[in-house]
Amino acid sequence: MTHSFRRTAGAALALLATTGIAHAGATLDAVKKNGFVKCGVSDGLPGFSYTDDKGNVVGIDADFCRAVAAAVFGDATKVKFTPLTAKERFTALQSGEVDVLSRNSTWTSSRDTALGLNFAGVTYYDGQGFLVNKKLGVKSAKELDGASVCIQAGTTTELNLADYFRSNKMKFTPITYDKSDESAKALEAGRCDFLTSDQSQLYAQRIKFANPDEFVVLPEVISKEPLGPAVRHGDDEWFDIVKWTLFAQLNAEELGITSKNVDEMVKSATNPDAKRLLGTEGERGKDFGLANDWVVKVVKQVGNYGEMFERNVGEGSALKIKRGQNALWNQGGLQYAPPFR
Amino acid sequence: MSTQQPGSLPSKPPFWNDPAVRATVFQVIALAAVLAVGGYLFHNTQVNLANRGIASGFGFLDQTAGFGIVQHLIPYTETDSYGRVFWVGLLNTLLVAALGILFATLLGFVLGVARLSKNWLIAKIALVYIELFRNIPLLLQIFFWYFGVLRHLPAARDSVNVGDVIFLNIRGLYIPRPVFGDAFLFVVIAFFAAIAGTVFLARWAHRRQAETGQPFHTFWVGLGILVGVPLLTFFLSGMPLSWEVPKLTGFNFRGGMVMIPELASLLVALTIYTAAFIAEIVRSGILAVSHGQTEAAHALGLQHGPTLRLVIIPQAMRVIIPPLTSQYLNVTKNSTLAAAIGYPDLVGLFAGTTLNQTGQAIETISITMAVYLAISLLISTLMNWYNKRKSLVER
Repeated sequence: MTHSFRRTAGAALALLATTGIAHAGATLDAVKKNGFVKCGVSDGLPGFSYTDDKGNVVGIDADFCRAVAAAVFGDATKVKFTPLTAKERFTALQSGEVDVLSRNSTWTSSRDTALGLNFAGVTYYDGQGFLVNKKLGVKSAKELDGASVCIQAGTTTELNLADYFRSNKMKFTPITYDKSDESAKALEAGRCDFLTSDQSQLYAQRIKFANPDEFVVLPEVISKEPLGPAVRHGDDEWFDIVKWTLFAQLNAEELGITSKNVDEMVKSATNPDAKRLLGTEGERGKDFGLANDWVVKVVKQVGNYGEMFERNVGEGSALKIKRGQNALWNQGGLQYAPPFR
Repeated sequence: MSTQQPGSLPSKPPFWNDPAVRATVFQVIALAAVLAVGGYLFHNTQVNLANRGIASGFGFLDQTAGFGIVQHLIPYTETDSYGRVFWVGLLNTLLVAALGILFATLLGFVLGVARLSKNWLIAKIALVYIELFRNIPLLLQIFFWYFGVLRHLPAARDSVNVGDVIFLNIRGLYIPRPVFGDAFLFVVIAFFAAIAGTVFLARWAHRRQAETGQPFHTFWVGLGILVGVPLLTFFLSGMPLSWEVPKLTGFNFRGGMVMIPELASLLVALTIYTAAFIAEIVRSGILAVSHGQTEAAHALGLQHGPTLRLVIIPQAMRVIIPPLTSQYLNVTKNSTLAAAIGYPDLVGLFAGTTLNQTGQAIETISITMAVYLAISLLISTLMNWYNKRKSLVER
């Protein structure tokens, strides 16, 4: 879209014109000066970030930005959300249009290196899957030879799909759209035979269909898609804050600290790990350039990782996705945060 | 200042008061300032990119792209390079721009003439068309054709079937693809021979008319040669042409040629939108030729057709061509709206997907802008050349 072209071109120009200072702490100073965290989210994906009927941006990606705002300002509402398409997102982060990109983006080597990003962790372990119309009678992705596929432009899914079909000696016709909504609508209309994306997205898009039961997710998962927030290269202090906001939420869940009991825990916790995390022992918050009780604010206002997950994508949400790989490491999942000390 | 000697020339003013020197100095300063700003931006970009660890340079053009493209006029697979993606995108852009210019011109001329028709109904239809389509934003028209019309075509298995050779469904319009035999070369040669023959005939007829005043039906005879000679060769060489008919296999039609709905809706919208503007340009061109010209031509005994063809239109063209050039440039630039409906044009493929996969915003955006600039300048140059040929020769 020319709109997105203009935005990308604008961002490219911003790269030309902004002055070349990137000293550590520059982002935190700028965020504090603005009074809010500039957060890049998706252009509408249930469970991750979309605008609900009351006009609030909700979802796990949006909540993570709120957690960062709570860490910096002690106030989770101090976030400005910028919806970005898959094509726009990295340029927007590179050029400083957003401070954190929390937009169901896959962590890959080229994005860490050539694109000049730093992924701050994994908020959701995902994998690429296929959504097809039941009428086709397809039971496996291996039967999709010669099919048309709707897909979002500028994603890892686009590349994985080509790899998968090539390695299985199958052919496909890609119909590429800028927005995930557009590809989902195209599948619903029959412009393509199947939709491929991260599995979480497939479930999220399916609940938006008029007849969700007509569509089925195939069993194959063809890739690893660790989705997480990213920041720019060159500002380690900001990188640490974003990274440890997520780790703090994970550690809080591991220690049983929730938004409901956090005030109680501040007063009564005896576990040294919990006391350090909540800032009642030691001065770990100062190391980040934040208030000593920043984790309390994060957990109180946004919740620990488990709460954030359940509320947005888990059993408490319309998506009803099980914790699975996203359970804590001591409960059979992959979510593991380094110790807070 | 020295006092002026009587009889001698006034002495030259000091160089800082010399207008010529001053003009040069200011130009040098202005140029240096522009260069300095440019150099500063360039240096700044380099430092910024290096600080943020973002790759730069044009090496990415040789890297493997790894994604598929729905429509490619040259062979393309996922293992080809980003450089190849660039060419695929450029050709897709040129395709839609060229077809758009062609159809918009044809439709625009018809409408422009219709708007001036003495037939009340025809004139009003043209009027309504023009006012309707030139006043609705192009993007909305593209959405209308794509989402409003072509999205409601039947699924592949329930295609609209024309004689088992042409199929229309939500995936596009499938038509048979000609497969040329070796002997088809003779037909091509015959066709070019026929063109040469027609040109020769036209010159001969022109000369004869100039000498004797005898007109000759060049158009009909020329058409006869152009169609007849290749057709005769075609039958004589044993009809070296077969058709590959599209066939429903598995999920989709295979074989034949397909026009994808993304291309169709973009082309239809561009044509309809631009034709409305061209119609007005044509009308203004025709109205610019004074009525006295028509009366003079009639007084000389020219009939209505030759009057229009030999007197009115050649004069109208002088008024029409310059604004027409702007419309052609608009078609080319407006074709970038393709990205809104997923047509794989240069902006979508190169300034979009390639930029995103490689992260090299500055390189891809610069290349893309340079290409559009080059295409536009090329169209301008061609149209200016044509304009010069058509312009009034002053004696």
